Amino acid sequence: MKIFEKLSHIDRRFIYILIAIVVIVPLLLKPKLPIVPTKPVKDIYDYVENLPQGSNILISIDYDAASMPEQQPFLEALLRQCFRNKLKPIMIVQWQLGAPLGTTGLEKIAKECNAQYGVDYINLGYRPGYVAQMVGIGREIRDYFAVDYKNVSIDSFPIMRNIHNYNDFALLVGLEAGATYLLWVEYAGGRFKQKIALALNAVSAPDAYYFYQSKQIIGLVGGMKGAAEYEVLENKPDLAVAGMASQSYSHILIILFIVLGNITYFVEKSRKKKEGGR
Amino acid sequence: MLKGKNIPLAITFTVGLIMIVSFFIPHRPFGDIEQISLKWYSIIAGFTMLLGVDSLLGLHFRKVKRKEENWIHSIVLIAGFVMVVIAGVWGTIQYGSAFDERSFFTYIYNYFIVPLQSTMFSLLAFFVASAAYRAFRARNVDAALLLITAIIVMLGRVPVGELISPYLPKFTDWIMEVPQMAAKRGIGLGIYLGALGVSIRIILGIERSYLS
Repeated sequence: MKIFEKLSHIDRRFIYILIAIVVIVPLLLKPKLPIVPTKPVKDIYDYVENLPQGSNILISIDYDAASMPEQQPFLEALLRQCFRNKLKPIMIVQWQLGAPLGTTGLEKIAKECNAQYGVDYINLGYRPGYVAQMVGIGREIRDYFAVDYKNVSIDSFPIMRNIHNYNDFALLVGLEAGATYLLWVEYAGGRFKQKIALALNAVSAPDAYYFYQSKQIIGLVGGMKGAAEYEVLENKPDLAVAGMASQSYSHILIILFIVLGNITYFVEKSRKKKEGGR
Repeated sequence: MLKGKNIPLAITFTVGLIMIVSFFIPHRPFGDIEQISLKWYSIIAGFTMLLGVDSLLGLHFRKVKRKEENWIHSIVLIAGFVMVVIAGVWGTIQYGSAFDERSFFTYIYNYFIVPLQSTMFSLLAFFVASAAYRAFRARNVDAALLLITAIIVMLGRVPVGELISPYLPKFTDWIMEVPQMAAKRGIGLGIYLGALGVSIRIILGIERSYLS
């Protein structure tokens, strides 16, 4: 029984080392695990796939570096799909610290797909006051984004010539690390009937399920797993698929910790009960 | 009479009413008034950043001046702030945008901010594991149910769940879409009804705590 007493007072650094091992080793060995796309993810993919060529997609970067492993792979997979289908991504940013991430992702995939800036895609950058923008875009996007992220007038780009408000976007995709998506659903969706797809961090994805069930959003990409499913659908496994092995084994380790912690707890409890009864 | 606290109350009431009316009647003159108000809001939101900067720097300058605990950290913060501002302005002058790939601002972002933010967030994995071992106990039936559900969802949400059984992810989806969502929807409705109630109270001047 001494072992359980020792286990109940285990050094937390031992736990930290084990977690580090199960996260790092799969990233190096890259074991192949089955990733089956779920319906909320497939719904977005199919919707984008069936859009007519030349459709505009408004992409909102509402995350920062803390959420990069979950959001950036989805952004890249989505952009690949857009350029492959001759769709036109228009990027805006609601989180200041997400601006460079969005720019990096957009430029990387545009280069890979030979897309031309201002013709096939555009980056409008960050503006403060997101509620005002969300409502204002319903009337005229130029009221808030008169220039792109390099301060060039958007009217000088062919892609923006026929874009004025939500009526000109086939889809709005929000990549969300916080609660900004609630406002997209409320204003762009509720008021202007804009079709919305959301990619949320795993921790907040359960909060958006009821929007999916009530068809207020067309689909939902939840965390790194959702991004991995999107990469599989796009037939280009990348960072998210690689990260799923680490996530799988760390989940198993945490479950083992929970089970072991509970066994220790019950054994210790019964021991103390016996000692108390003497 | 409009004096003292009555003036902000009257502004709140008028603006609140216009916003509600313009939501349902987005035509002239309400649509135009709403649009102007939103532009003002956007401009004011930009200026709130200055308030934030003032507050942040004021606090840390005071810490350095009084040599309070960890005042060295404040020097690092102030130096970092100055460095990022200079890099941003210089990047804009040099390349037309601070976000240009060649700018020092982008370098700072890629090699300081991204690793720092990522590190802070990834530390959660270690704390969650430690907390799972120490605190997640089946002390009663409710806790046991929560624990079992958590284990099923944790397995069903990763590819290993598919390897254990193809039914596991399906059962996880059912948990997420039915019991989980039922609870979330209830909480969500409660929150929004509460927000609606507070909004009406603010517009009508019953809730005045924002004035103090």
